[in-house]
Amino acid sequence: MLELAAKDWPAIALGALAVLALALLPLVASGYVLSLLLLLYANIALSTAWAFFSGTTRYISLATAAFFGIGIYTLAILHVHVPMAIALLATAVVGFLVALIVGLSTLRLRGVYFVVFTFGLTELVHQVVNWWEMKINRTATRYIFADVSNVTIYQVLLALALLTIVGSWYVSRLRLGYALRAIGEDEMVARHTGIDTTRVKVLCFAISASVMAVVGAVLALRYPYIDASIAFNNSRSFEVLIAALLGGPSRPWGPALGAIPLMLLSEYLSGTFPHHFPIALGLCFVVIVYFLPGGIAPLVERAYHSWAAGRGFTAQLARLWRT
Amino acid sequence: MGAAVILFEVFLNGLLLGGMYGLVALGLNLQYGVARILNLSYGEFFLGGAFAAFFSIMLWKLNPLLSLFISLPIAFAINWLMYQYLMMPLIRRAPDQDGLDADVVLVTFGLLFVFQGLALVNWSGEVRGYSFLSVPVNLAGATVALNRLAAFLGACLLALVLFVVLRHTRVGGALRAITIDPLAASIVGVDVRRYSALAFAAGGALAAAAGMLVSTFISFSATTGVEYTLKALIVVIMAGVGRVTGTLAAGLLLGVVESLGGYLLDPALTIAINFSLFMLVLLLRPTGLFTRA
Repeated sequence: MLELAAKDWPAIALGALAVLALALLPLVASGYVLSLLLLLYANIALSTAWAFFSGTTRYISLATAAFFGIGIYTLAILHVHVPMAIALLATAVVGFLVALIVGLSTLRLRGVYFVVFTFGLTELVHQVVNWWEMKINRTATRYIFADVSNVTIYQVLLALALLTIVGSWYVSRLRLGYALRAIGEDEMVARHTGIDTTRVKVLCFAISASVMAVVGAVLALRYPYIDASIAFNNSRSFEVLIAALLGGPSRPWGPALGAIPLMLLSEYLSGTFPHHFPIALGLCFVVIVYFLPGGIAPLVERAYHSWAAGRGFTAQLARLWRT
Repeated sequence: MGAAVILFEVFLNGLLLGGMYGLVALGLNLQYGVARILNLSYGEFFLGGAFAAFFSIMLWKLNPLLSLFISLPIAFAINWLMYQYLMMPLIRRAPDQDGLDADVVLVTFGLLFVFQGLALVNWSGEVRGYSFLSVPVNLAGATVALNRLAAFLGACLLALVLFVVLRHTRVGGALRAITIDPLAASIVGVDVRRYSALAFAAGGALAAAAGMLVSTFISFSATTGVEYTLKALIVVIMAGVGRVTGTLAAGLLLGVVESLGGYLLDPALTIAINFSLFMLVLLLRPTGLFTRA
């Protein structure tokens, strides 16, 4: 199932080189570029993980911020007691287990009901954590005492983003991936063909949630302190969703394509025209729905194929150039 | 004051709060229940009504009620145009309601940002509020603010009007037919597109009316619209999509539970109580409290 054709090797070699270059970038790049890029990697990992479940099954989840925040809090609580690696591993497990419980209790919900439920879940967790911290801990903030350099965080997030994309691609070629897509096409039909839809859905929801929790935990290492509003910020769910849809949730590498322009846009606009960012973001949504229903990825893929086949615009341009 | 009086006051405040929730949600249930368009930019029209009231009292020294003459027609027109020109293409290409919902949620979410951005650019992000009818009233031993009471009565009046229109007029019959089954309605000669557009536009106008009433006692800013969309959505889903008359009842339930829960447990937990109740309803009766099983 996973054979690679000989023609794929140049692309893979090129990709490996690019990854190496990115991993070594901290040697030359400034601190600003690094922190921008590490946020980008985090967004790529989040939106790829989101698309892995929500993009294929069409169960639109707005609980990204909830799992992200759960990751942050798990790390914040554990990192003073156990070594960092164990704390991070625990984060993944906690994210997985919480999502398992949520998934099992929401099986009856579809469509808008699922969307609203996951949104409500984030709000609920946010409020309860906030209340707990104020009432029981008597302080709204928790401090992170981590001695981890930005370069390490950068490299870990790069690895996480790549792992998520490769993992998502790998699963898409397994039986599990076919089952996921079948559920997205028509859940009733999927069930009648013998797919254990409950198991597939809940398992993949939990996998995607554990990635989100780990990303949250790694990013938390950069914060001097955290509180509930930082950890459970609802707008994160929306940003992740829009990045995935802009890029194209039907391809494992699609969400990454969406995260890049969105990141640049937000960086550019929030600095110069803070009030215009929502307008641009909003128009982005509208453009996607009316003009790019599948996202950017299918367009890129078509361009690549026609280029590879030598019939495309760029190939013709290249030929023109040579003559 | 005895415990019973305090409890009564808490209950009464819950009722008034619930009336507000029901009021905020009425229009959304028309839009989502009848026209089948889940409009996430709904709260921006609510906010539009609130801003119109604010400007009419602060700039022109007019009674905020008069602002309805401006805000209602504008909200109606914008929503009608939205339905005809933005939603119709999506409805035409959608394979089923789930597919339509996905597209509509994205577009209206985008519109939410656009409207919010426009409001921020034009009116800044400042928190606004004004004082109107803010006098205490004694109600069977409990004290409530007159503006809250007025908004509550306004909510009841609007719900009653809506009920009468839906039950006892030809237009209402057509709307109810569309709610139950758009295809069947079109077979028996209902102009589904026209009446859906009407319901959608009326829902937007109701949002503006609710915004005006609520703005008399709650401060707001250009970014708070989405909160009301969510509150409305929660109430609509609790009541049952398309159960327009159940909306007020669901709002009242939510308000009373929130008020009593906040008093008995901890005021800081009110939002958590709200969402717990909502999620419980969603898990136990996903189609809403007031739908026939």
